[in-house]
Amino acid sequence: MSAPGGPALLELRDVGKDYGTVVALDGITTTVRAGEVTCVLGDNGAGKSTLIKILAGVHRPDRGEVLLDGASVSFAAPREALDAGIATVYQDLAMIPLMAIWRNFFLGAEPTRGWGPFRRFDAGQARKTTRRALAEMGIDIRDPDQPVGTLSGGERQSVAIARAVHFGARVLILDEPTSALGVKQAGVVLRYVAAARDRGVGVVLITHNPHHAYPVGDRFLVLNRGRSLGSFAKTDVSRDELTRLMAGGAELDQLAHELERPTP
Amino acid sequence: MVGAVVVFAFFAIQSPVFRSARGVANWLDPASTLGIMAVAVALLMIGGHFDLSAGVMTGTTALTVGVVAVEFHQNLWVAIGVALLIALAVGFFNGWLVTRTGLPSFIITLGTFLMLEGLNVGLTKFFTDTVSVGGIDDVPGYASAEWVFASRLSVGGTEFRVAILWWLLFTALATWVLLRTRFGNWVFATGGDDVAARNVGVPARRTTITLFMTTATAAWFVGTTLAVRLTSVQANTGVGQELIYIVAAVIGGCLLTGGFGSAIGASLGALIFGMTQLGIPYLHWDADWFYFFLGAMLLLAVLSNRLVRRYAEAARR
Repeated sequence: MSAPGGPALLELRDVGKDYGTVVALDGITTTVRAGEVTCVLGDNGAGKSTLIKILAGVHRPDRGEVLLDGASVSFAAPREALDAGIATVYQDLAMIPLMAIWRNFFLGAEPTRGWGPFRRFDAGQARKTTRRALAEMGIDIRDPDQPVGTLSGGERQSVAIARAVHFGARVLILDEPTSALGVKQAGVVLRYVAAARDRGVGVVLITHNPHHAYPVGDRFLVLNRGRSLGSFAKTDVSRDELTRLMAGGAELDQLAHELERPTP
Repeated sequence: MVGAVVVFAFFAIQSPVFRSARGVANWLDPASTLGIMAVAVALLMIGGHFDLSAGVMTGTTALTVGVVAVEFHQNLWVAIGVALLIALAVGFFNGWLVTRTGLPSFIITLGTFLMLEGLNVGLTKFFTDTVSVGGIDDVPGYASAEWVFASRLSVGGTEFRVAILWWLLFTALATWVLLRTRFGNWVFATGGDDVAARNVGVPARRTTITLFMTTATAAWFVGTTLAVRLTSVQANTGVGQELIYIVAAVIGGCLLTGGFGSAIGASLGALIFGMTQLGIPYLHWDADWFYFFLGAMLLLAVLSNRLVRRYAEAARR
């Protein structure tokens, strides 16, 4: 395990985002450190997706600042975020089921060999590298030539994580990696999240399941209706408190919302 | 592959002409021009699109070669160059419109297909007052063009058309591009899931447009071959062929939904087509059986493709 508590890799300061007149996100503050897992927890509609989109460079925040290595950044496109070392693994994974694992692994970043019109996809190198990169993450693939479609959901998530780590991600954003999986498969994926963390990657794990988040997380940001219910270090919060915060917080908020109604 | 062997055995056993060298040269000929198109169409289908204008495009390019050379009194090579430019422009237009609008390529190329069909007849009538253009062999540059596009090679005393050689060359080239270049990887990815492909940085649009321009270029090559070989071109040349190209590609294992297939498969599909087309008359059967046979092959191919897809998605949860 690498030592937590280093300088912040990625920092959010009072970040907010509106869609028209709807406040999607407001006053979000948290930090992501190298070798740490920051979990973003929240129910549906809490603003998790909006937060990902800001970090991934799909949207720009309307308020507040995003700091990378202490310097304020603003990404105009997902490509820029990627170039800065922020990789996002979306729920749909960006993998092509009918293509071989090694072809998927290098899709969009194929290594080439040769010159001019004879420049070609270095398939041998790609196969070898895929196998090695997966092995380094502890993923055992029978055959890199098998189509991604033959892998289970958990295996696919793992390959996507290994791909992001291999291509030099410093911050890895995982969008609900365990939501569509069974208990056993989810455990497999969480193990690879921990493997990425141990290699010094700052992980942002987005989930609505505190039971998945708590064992692997170092820091927890709880969102509710676009607002932060707090950012906690693991030492400051227990699993039960976290669960209660997610459930109770939502109820309280709804109650407050109902009481507010009569006033104009 | 198995299909091609079975079809060959079927005809070869029953017809001595079919298995003779001359017979082979005969049925390789329709297979070759079809094969060049089928390979390009297969690439496009792997990339997730159809080109219904590919058939009529061979007519458009052949007619352009004829009209520019004969009616405008240009060197044949100039005419061939003009035809290439027109083909590339139409291919670009198809690809641009498909990527720009996101409409099914089936509809968009159906539009260009009908437009080109009308233009072919209309413009041919306008320039020649008939529905064909002839006399291409009287134009300067014909000898060298004939050597490239329509010469015959003697192998062991039997004459084979040079188009067969081009066909093999294009198949090899397409296979290499598909399996061993970045572009090939992008073709599979774009056809498999273009949104996912774009998410990881594949220039899906450029890939699609390039593929449409490739089928147009193949159509130019075949059109030029027809013009030079026949020396006169009918205005309705190529109409109806577009579906045959797709049939050959599907028999060769291309999925209609994109993302899977091979250039060699499409070539074998074309080979089966050529063997069947000439094998049936060799057996003195009614030529009508040809289409029955072709339809049966197509159904068989689609059914076995379904198995491939099932296998690939078997473990999906």
